[in-house]
Amino acid sequence: MSRTLPVPTEERFTSRLRSPAVAARIGLLLAITFTTCFVTGLISHYAQNVDHPVPFPTSPAWGYRFTQGLHVISGYAAVPLLLVKLWTVFPKLFQAVPLGDLRRLVLHGLERASIAALVGAALFQLVSGIMNAAQWYPWSFSFRPSHYAMAWVAIGALLVHVAVKLPVIRDALLGDVEDTTHDRPSATREGALSRRGLLRTTWVATGVAVLATAGGSVAWLRQVSVLAVRTGDGPQGIPINRSAEAAGVTPEAVATGAYALELVNGATSRTLDRADLEAMTQHTEELPIACVEGWSATATWTGVRVSELMALVDAPDGSDVVVTSLQRFGAFSTTMMQGGFVEDDRTLLALGLNGEELSLDHGFPCRVIAPNRPGVLQTKWVTRLEVST
Amino acid sequence: MSGGGVGAGRVGAGGVGAGRLVVGGFGVLVGLYGAWLLLSRQELSQVLDVAVWTVAALLLHDVVISGLELALGAAAQRVLPWTVSGPVAGGFLVLGSVTLLAVPVLGRFGAREDNPTLLDRDYTTGWLVLAALVVVAVVLAVLRRRRHAGDTR
Repeated sequence: MSRTLPVPTEERFTSRLRSPAVAARIGLLLAITFTTCFVTGLISHYAQNVDHPVPFPTSPAWGYRFTQGLHVISGYAAVPLLLVKLWTVFPKLFQAVPLGDLRRLVLHGLERASIAALVGAALFQLVSGIMNAAQWYPWSFSFRPSHYAMAWVAIGALLVHVAVKLPVIRDALLGDVEDTTHDRPSATREGALSRRGLLRTTWVATGVAVLATAGGSVAWLRQVSVLAVRTGDGPQGIPINRSAEAAGVTPEAVATGAYALELVNGATSRTLDRADLEAMTQHTEELPIACVEGWSATATWTGVRVSELMALVDAPDGSDVVVTSLQRFGAFSTTMMQGGFVEDDRTLLALGLNGEELSLDHGFPCRVIAPNRPGVLQTKWVTRLEVST
Repeated sequence: MSGGGVGAGRVGAGGVGAGRLVVGGFGVLVGLYGAWLLLSRQELSQVLDVAVWTVAALLLHDVVISGLELALGAAAQRVLPWTVSGPVAGGFLVLGSVTLLAVPVLGRFGAREDNPTLLDRDYTTGWLVLAALVVVAVVLAVLRRRRHAGDTR
C-alpha cells in the first residue's frame, strides 16, 4: 500500500490574498525597513571602525542613539512584514520548472537563486540581529562581520529582485488592491480576510511589534514595551552591558594601590591614580549611552576631560588616542578614540555617574563617555591612554 | 527560496529597460561584495556556520512555519464559520509574528546571573497580557462581523 505524497503545485494555492497586488504593498514597506536597517547599520559599522577617513561627527550627542535605535526598531518591524510577504508569494516556491527550454531554464534558475539569496539573507539578518539584541549567541561565527556582510548580500539581492519585478510592482502599486491583472489563474477563492483586511492586520502586527520592543530605545514607551530586552533601568539608573565579572575585572585589580592610569605620548608618560584624577578639575556632562544592541539611556557623568588628561603628556591637538581597559575577556578591550572625540570638551574620563561614585560594573575607577559614540567604545575600567602612532 | 519567477519570462522577452538592467547589475555587484566580505573576514568554519544558520532559517520558514500556516488555515476554514475565521486569522497573524520575534526574550536564553539589567522584565506575563488583548480584539471583531453578517454575505 504505497501512496505518493501530495507534492503541492502552484495551482493548488487558490486564495486570492496571495496576489502581487498584496505582495507589492507589503514589499514596499519591507523595502523601506530593510533600507533603513542597511543605512543605519552602515553608520554603526563605520562608527566602530578604527580608521575614520572622514571624521565621525561628535554632534549631535544623541545621533548614534537615534540611528541605532532606529536600526533595531526597523528590524523588529520587518518581522511581521517579511512573514506576510513570504506568505503571499509562497506558491511561487512550487512553480513548474521549464525543463524543456534551456534559455528559460537558466533564467528561471538565476531568478530562483537570487530569491534564495534574498530570503536567506533577510532571514539571517533578522534572526541574528534579534538574537544578538537579547545577547543570545549559540553560534560560532563572529556577529559583527557576518551581520555586516549579509547586509550587503540582502540589499544586493533586493535590488536584483526589484529590477526583475519592476513592471509588476509598478502595475500593482498604481492599480487597485483588488486588481487581479497579475494574479495566478487559480488564485480566485475568497479568503477569511479581505485584501484590505489582510493589509490592515499586517500594519497592526507591525505596530504591535514596534510598541512591544521599542521601549529600550524610546524611554516613554518603557511601560508598554513588554518584550523589550531591557527596562532601561539598572544600578545608578543605567543598564549594564557587560559586568565586571564577565569582563574579568576584579575588585582587587581596581583597589587603591593596585590601580594606575598611564598616560603615554611616545617617550613622555605620566602615571596617575584615582586620587590624582579626583584632584583635577571635574566637569559634568549629560550624555546618552547607546548600545549597539539598541537600548540607550541618558545619564549625568562627572569626571576629567580626556583632552586635559592628554595635555599632561603634551599630546598634539587632534591626536588619536588608544584606550586600554583592564578587562581580560571579550571584545573591545582596546579601542581607538579618534582625534575629534579626544578634542571634544564633552568627552570625559568619568569618575561619577548620576551623582554617585561610578560602580565597578559601570567601570570604576574610571571610564570613557563621549558624545555620539556606540556603547562598545565607551570603554570601562580604563588603565591606559596612549597617543596613537 | 519562497517565490520564483514570473519575471523570469519577462527578462527573456526583450522588453527590459536600461534602467532595470543597471539596477539589477548594480544589485549583483553589491551582493557579490557582501559575499566577498563574508568569505574574506572570518575563518572558513565560521563562514560555514553562517551558511548553516541561513539554510536552517530558510527551512524553518519554508517547511515548519509555512507548513503550520497551511495546516492551521485549512483547519480554521473547515471548522470555523466565516464570521469567526477572519478575525481568528488576523489574531493569529499579529500574535504569531510578535511571538516569533520574542522567542529570545521569552526563553531568556541570553540571561546571565552576573547581569540582572539584561532581560529584566517578566516576559511571560507581558506576553500573556498581549495575548489577552489580541483575544479581546478578535472577539470584538467577531461580534462586529456577526452584526454586519446579514448585509455582507
